[in-house]
Amino acid sequence: MSDMTALDNTAADTLPTLRIDRVTKSFHTAKGKITAVDDVSLDIRQGEFISIIGPSGCGKSTLMNMVGGLIADFDGQILLDGKAVRGCQPSIGMVFQEESTFPWRTAIENVAFPLEAAGMERDRRVARARELLDLVGLTGFENHYPSELSGGMRQRIAIARTLAFEPKVLLMDEPFAALDEQTRLLLGDKVVQIQQQLRQTTLLITHNISEAVHLSDRVLIMTFRPGRIKRVVEINLPRPRSSEMMGSEKFAKFVAEIWHDLREEASKGLRESEAAAAAR
Amino acid sequence: MPPFEENLMPAWLLKPNPISARFLFLAGLLAVWEIASVAGLMSRFIVPPPSEIFPTIALLFTDYDLTGSFLRTFGETFAAAGLGALGGMLGGWWLHHNRVAGKAYTDWVAAIAAAPLVLLFPLFLVIFGRNAATIVAMGTVASLPPVVLKTKEGLDNVRSVLVDVGRTFGLTRWQQVKMIMFPASLPTIFTGLRLGLVFALINVVGVEYLIGFGGMGLLIAELGDRFEIAGMYAAILFVILTSICFFYLTEKLETWLLSAR
Ligand SMILES: Nc1ncnc2c1ncn2[C@@H]1O[C@H](COP(=O)(O)OP(=O)(O)O)[C@@H](O)[C@H]1O
Ligand SMILES: [Mg+2]
Repeated sequence: MSDMTALDNTAADTLPTLRIDRVTKSFHTAKGKITAVDDVSLDIRQGEFISIIGPSGCGKSTLMNMVGGLIADFDGQILLDGKAVRGCQPSIGMVFQEESTFPWRTAIENVAFPLEAAGMERDRRVARARELLDLVGLTGFENHYPSELSGGMRQRIAIARTLAFEPKVLLMDEPFAALDEQTRLLLGDKVVQIQQQLRQTTLLITHNISEAVHLSDRVLIMTFRPGRIKRVVEINLPRPRSSEMMGSEKFAKFVAEIWHDLREEASKGLRESEAAAAAR
Repeated sequence: MPPFEENLMPAWLLKPNPISARFLFLAGLLAVWEIASVAGLMSRFIVPPPSEIFPTIALLFTDYDLTGSFLRTFGETFAAAGLGALGGMLGGWWLHHNRVAGKAYTDWVAAIAAAPLVLLFPLFLVIFGRNAATIVAMGTVASLPPVVLKTKEGLDNVRSVLVDVGRTFGLTRWQQVKMIMFPASLPTIFTGLRLGLVFALINVVGVEYLIGFGGMGLLIAELGDRFEIAGMYAAILFVILTSICFFYLTEKLETWLLSAR
């Protein structure tokens, strides 16, 4: 239990919203067994913003898919407010790295999608979707189809669509990976602003260090295969935050600190992928 | 002073646009046909000039019950394509859903799609008799393979992240089909439906012609037998018209479904 106390060093007596307890997941492939996530434990407090950072292939998506319920077969336990999570449930929402808007629905119909599926009547769901589009800054684009919008706007639609279901926990798997740097920064600002407003417990996967520092209360660094938690960095920068503080000395110190730990894992990942390429 | 062509043709016809392009192409084709036929470059008996074909249309209405034949072929094709669409979509769904069946039978369906099924008409004649059922059955069988193939392809290619989105929102299985799988694969399925319709029409008219029963196929056969060559061409024009009608209808259906999904 020693690693547990290290992770949960402030709110020891309050029940965490989300508890990941000794979770392990292996895949059996033609080439043998791959342990994607190895014995990961983590407590996340209500309203906390956590980023997970680690080299490609270290098991970040696998971990998120288990929390989100897309992978139901794993060892260990995931508890939301004390209840075990296996399979998808409305209180946990996910935003994906890949383009995930429905191309046949307009922006507002995309956002209203989960409400429609849940049987909310038309007027109410449209009004709600309109509010959420406004929240992500897409007022005026209600009736545009995704193909008529930029990648950043489509990702904001996807975020609004997930928020429409009012999840307690928001999981985002590299949601800005496909976007250019400026859009990424501005969208990051939008996400902190919304998260501070709605106080959702948020788990963000990223491989961008400054993004992790910019948005999070804590940053988790994962090791390269098998995916374990290497270190947790508490980001005690003041809120409200914006991308403008990225020039500050304190910010740079956090980035350097995280890179120091991440570097080793990233080079392991690089060596492995080079070895795999050479073997081919 | 404006160039004199502008006085001969309205400006919209000269400006490049799809409608005028079609009109000009058809006009050009008919003109070449007319000249070639009248000048004796083609046998006037085998390929009569358009100026002889068009006037016979009236004759087809009065002496040959063109309306009845047209409606009959239209109805038979509609029934065959409808049954083919229904069965084909179910079949495609099954091949998508059942991995073993998909791997085992998809190639067969593709082979059947390329086979001249119309040659099987004697078999259908034996099973159903010399009546509309044979014709509709033949048309249905011909329209099935493209619908099956395109439905399977469409469903196979639905991006898994869209399905995951549905799962995270707790969609029921039926909602997954109705709200994600079907709308996502609809454009591909429609390609199959259009092909199925064409295959149905070809086979319906073909079998009508071969077994000499009802509809445009029979009409064309009769006109040919009586050496009413101009009338035969006019009737063929009506078959083309049927196909245009169907394309128009599927297009309407597609726009309607795409906007309603
Ligand atoms: N469905 C699966 N089957 C087999 N191996 C998988 C599967 N999903 C992920 N993996 C493997 O697990 C490891 C971690 O993958 P992933 O969680 O996607 O990493 P990340 O998101 O950190 O890049 C990778 O080596 C990947 O190849
Ligand atoms: Mg990933």
